[in-house]
Amino acid sequence: MSETSSSTGTASAARTAALAPVTTGPPSTGGTTEREFTVKERSQLSMVLMRFLRHRLAIGSLIFLGLLILTVYLAPHIFGLSYTALSNDASFAPSFRYPMGTDELGHNNLALVLRGAHQSLNVSFVVALMSSGFGAPYGAIAAFYGGKVDAIMMRIVDVILVLPFLVVVGALAEHFQGTWYTVALLLGAVGWVINARVTRGVVLSVRNQEFVEAARALGASDVRIIFRHLIPNVTGTLIVQATLDIATAILAEAGLSFLGLGIHSPDTSLGVLAQQSQNAIQTRPWLFYFPCAMILVICLSINFIGDGLRDALDPRQTRQRR
Amino acid sequence: MLIFTIRRLFQAIPILIVASFLSFALATVSGDPVTNKFLLRNPPPSAQVIATARHNMRLDRPWLAQYVDWLWGLVSKADWGPSIDGLVIGSAIGHALLVTLRLIFSAMVLALILSLASGIISAYRQYSKVDYSFTFVGFVFLAMPTFWIAALLKQGAITFNNAWESSFCPGDASCRPIQTVGEQSIVPPSGIFGTASDWFNHLILPTLSLALITYAAWSRFVRASLLEVLQSDYVRLARAKGLTPRRVMFRHALRTSLIPMTTVTSLTIAGLFGGAIITERVFQWRGMGTLIINAIGDRDRYVIMGWLLVAGFIVVVGNIVADILYAVLDPRIRYE
Repeated sequence: MSETSSSTGTASAARTAALAPVTTGPPSTGGTTEREFTVKERSQLSMVLMRFLRHRLAIGSLIFLGLLILTVYLAPHIFGLSYTALSNDASFAPSFRYPMGTDELGHNNLALVLRGAHQSLNVSFVVALMSSGFGAPYGAIAAFYGGKVDAIMMRIVDVILVLPFLVVVGALAEHFQGTWYTVALLLGAVGWVINARVTRGVVLSVRNQEFVEAARALGASDVRIIFRHLIPNVTGTLIVQATLDIATAILAEAGLSFLGLGIHSPDTSLGVLAQQSQNAIQTRPWLFYFPCAMILVICLSINFIGDGLRDALDPRQTRQRR
Repeated sequence: MLIFTIRRLFQAIPILIVASFLSFALATVSGDPVTNKFLLRNPPPSAQVIATARHNMRLDRPWLAQYVDWLWGLVSKADWGPSIDGLVIGSAIGHALLVTLRLIFSAMVLALILSLASGIISAYRQYSKVDYSFTFVGFVFLAMPTFWIAALLKQGAITFNNAWESSFCPGDASCRPIQTVGEQSIVPPSGIFGTASDWFNHLILPTLSLALITYAAWSRFVRASLLEVLQSDYVRLARAKGLTPRRVMFRHALRTSLIPMTTVTSLTIAGLFGGAIITERVFQWRGMGTLIINAIGDRDRYVIMGWLLVAGFIVVVGNIVADILYAVLDPRIRYE
């Protein structure tokens, strides 16, 4: 909303500038008064960035997650860690040589956990992209047209929400051989309904505002209003929802794989690692706790980032913050 | 109100029918039970055996006819269809449902109590140390996989049990204050009181793990919704009238802030089924979780379809209950 006000502000400034006679003499009075009261103009983006940068926990999490992603994607190649390589050092406790220990077959647990995190991140990014990419326009269209279109579109969402998604995805993933991308595609195929509902809710609250009417008066088509005016105005909510999607997808993939319905061996994932080692918690605790802790730190930092983004994008929510 | 409830139930029927068709499509895509069963048989069974099994599973019927047969059998004769594992699907689901609903219901109650308590305290002392620690705990539980919480609780209980045994009743392996495995003892104690305490003891850990996961989402919601209400004018008026903070909180603010909570609660039910499956797996319960995991493994399609239909029905009923609670909490909403 503040985006609209700032853009109209710029527009009016531009208009005064255009109306002002182009002379080399002293500027018109209208121009000067405006200059006197105008503080240096900040764009919406820079304000959001400033508020986000003030959120120390979110920034810390962002840096941490960035480093983690780099490690997960690059470290196995740089240090030659292979999650399939076997050694004679079976069931070693964490040491300098094996920071996360080894499993009963001599796999380096660090390599396994990095591979699992790699899969989790892959899955979650695909799910977040699919959910936002399909769910957001879906919800926006339903909210924009309202009436029968809205009723029918939201009934479809209701039907999907009625079925527990863990079972739906599990039953299908079993058939599709449990590779990370099939799990990701299936999670995305049911996960978009949440985004659709959320987007519909926020679009409903802005669709009757003046800027939509103005766009329509200027002759904008429905498609243009939805994609150029409505969706950009609810971007904040969509970004926050996307961070939630990422965390949910990581937990869902881990849960599925833990049940044996997600990613299968020969490939591995954090859920698979937890499932394989759950009976050895007493004897080889490192095999169980490191994958779980990996899930925890990834999801925790993503949630902190989402929280910081929420505060930065929607200052109304933190009116009372000291 | 009664008429409203009945009407909502009837409105739910088309949703359930579409959902059941979706689950049928899903079950057929997930695979063919007969092929799956005989896949690893060596020597392979004769064509006769396969044909009989296919006939028994109604696989020789046209695709759409299989669905119509199943739905018609269910509606007219309460026949849930054949099972490749030889289950009587209706009673198997009924039995498992009683076990799982016990878990889901107690977890919901506990999560509601916990999240209301911490949400009220957080909103009342916003930005205090208590508020920050509740928020942080909520964040941690929100980021924790269900199976980890469950496994941690189980490990903790096992350690506690061992310490208890060695200090109070050495040598007696049956001396365990907290049960860590199963939904009831293998030889259940007799009497109503004995059964109830046995159930309760087995419920403690699974309920706690499922409730903590749910608590994480709900407590944040209670806090946010309460904070919003506490800033409204009528609460300021109530304070200005000189009412005690306690009265303002419980009689004025809480009731209003609970209204959106009903929606959130009903939306969580489907997710609770997923959480219950994982929790049951860790604590080795024989409930809906075991049933569906075995069914998916064996491509036992009528079990999958029946399971999803029952779960869907419970979610729908939960939504209707939430709508009714909505009217109870908000006098402006009247269903005619």
